Amino acid sequence: MTELFGIPVQALLGQLMLGLVNGSFYAILSLGLAVIFGMLNIVNFAHGALYMVGAFFAWMLLNYAGIGYWAALLLAPIGVGLIGVVIEKTMLQWLRQLDHLYGLLLTFGLALILEGVFREFYGSSGLPYDLPDVFRGVFDLGFMMLPKYRVWVIVMSIVLCGATWFMIEKTRLGAYLRAGTENPQLVQAFGVNVPLLITFTYAFGVGLAGLAGVMAAPIYQVSPLMGSNIIIVVFAVVVIGGMGSILGSIVTGLALGLIEGLTKVFFAEASTTVVFVIMAIVLLLRPAGLFGREK
Amino acid sequence: MNRALLYAVLLLALLVAPWIGYPVFLMKALCFALFASAFNLLIGFTGLLSFGHAMFFGFSAYVAAHAAKVWGLTPELAVVCGTLSATAIGIVTGWLAVRRQGIYFAMVTLALAQMIYFICVQAPFTYAEDGIQGVPRGQLLGLFALANDTVMYYFVLGVFLIGFLLIHRIVHSPFGQVLKSIRENEARALSLGYHVDRYKLMAFVLSATIAGMAGATKALALGLATLTDVSWQMSGEVVLMTLLGGMGTILGPSVGAAIIVTMQNYLADLGSWVTTIMGATFVICVLVFRRGIVGEIAHRFGRH
Repeated sequence: MTELFGIPVQALLGQLMLGLVNGSFYAILSLGLAVIFGMLNIVNFAHGALYMVGAFFAWMLLNYAGIGYWAALLLAPIGVGLIGVVIEKTMLQWLRQLDHLYGLLLTFGLALILEGVFREFYGSSGLPYDLPDVFRGVFDLGFMMLPKYRVWVIVMSIVLCGATWFMIEKTRLGAYLRAGTENPQLVQAFGVNVPLLITFTYAFGVGLAGLAGVMAAPIYQVSPLMGSNIIIVVFAVVVIGGMGSILGSIVTGLALGLIEGLTKVFFAEASTTVVFVIMAIVLLLRPAGLFGREK
Repeated sequence: MNRALLYAVLLLALLVAPWIGYPVFLMKALCFALFASAFNLLIGFTGLLSFGHAMFFGFSAYVAAHAAKVWGLTPELAVVCGTLSATAIGIVTGWLAVRRQGIYFAMVTLALAQMIYFICVQAPFTYAEDGIQGVPRGQLLGLFALANDTVMYYFVLGVFLIGFLLIHRIVHSPFGQVLKSIRENEARALSLGYHVDRYKLMAFVLSATIAGMAGATKALALGLATLTDVSWQMSGEVVLMTLLGGMGTILGPSVGAAIIVTMQNYLADLGSWVTTIMGATFVICVLVFRRGIVGEIAHRFGRH
């Protein structure tokens, strides 16, 4: 067996792969946070909880209705997006004139509600979600085994992030969004329905989180706690990358996943804290974040 | 005049409370009241939302419990050890966190607190999932045995009053006025020549220290220090206590803490619904009750 720094190459590549999978989820979630923050000026604390709800929707569709993975990939994000519409229309809408901190507090409350409800009905231990048959097995590359589903998650997340970037930077709708971020009053005066745009943005952002949840369901256990576990790391990712740039969120998310994977191989004790340590270093060297344009 | 009367009545009530209520419950309420008051020093009087205050409360609880149990220190020294550990963490994390404003400040403190949490999960002296249990209360100054709940209550009350008066003093000092000006208009305070970041850091460290005092005292009073005390849920709880009682009021956080602790006591059988109820309280407070209980009363009666 070939070794690198005393670690079997196979194990190293396996951990890197897993790190990249985690990074894919960081990327999708921090992207959604950035999109929502740009338009609503709200840090959506409920993002993790809605990711969890997406995973549960997929689990429920499969176990209660017999609807499989592919349909869930479409239906669960729509369901989560609809929850987002309700949240925006009934609550967030009223906070627009207030300090941004209230948005954080409100969505924190929502996260607690969702987590509490799902814990009450499904307990804290995870529920398994069976992998669709297509994804069983591995690609044998000779020097390493690539589990098919992990490859799918990474490819899918890159496509998803790319599509989101394209929509925001290159389409007419994206132009409205960017304009609305800069100056909502003026855009409204030009006849664009800004409140609708805001609702759409929030629904889209949390829909992304829901989609990430469905993709995560077969890898991790579907558990009410999965949201709060990931959201704090994603916050650190957002602080590191800065929320100013779409591509920045994607790159930072993937890179931190990789670094986390590497840490697991070389210094396992630090794997849970490495992202926070990097955040501290970035705060020292570049307080506005790697891609940030704050103030 | 009215205010002096109110404080006198409250003090009297706190002095006779252990003969009427259940001392252990009262001690818990007092510790959380101090914790929330310390948190309020930041959010209410400086305008900084820390989402990681559990790191001071919980870590200090661990250090105090370790000092009392393993090193065999007297309770007052154990509390001092815990408090100083919180001060140390406060200096480091505050120094990092004040580099970012507003919403980022909240995320940075939350992430740093999560780092402390994971350190506590792995450090051997915290006993991971079990926590430090059976912490001895020892003898105050080597003279008074604190094993008796009523005696312990007066020790806790003493710590609470020291912390509370300290906060009161800070808020009404020239230093406190500068903090308020930062809350109202940071750019203006800066242009008037105040080193805003330095003031923020000082407020942060003071708040961390007092939060640590509360955590250390709690570890002795209840005899345990666990991961719950350092978790992000705890950071959220103290935000809720302050929000419910009234941000930026002197008495609000204590009122909020008393209500939340009571609520948790009565609703303990409901399991996960407690989380849901706390979440709902958050949502309701933010949507329709932003002044909080004490803030609303003060507003109605035309003070401030």
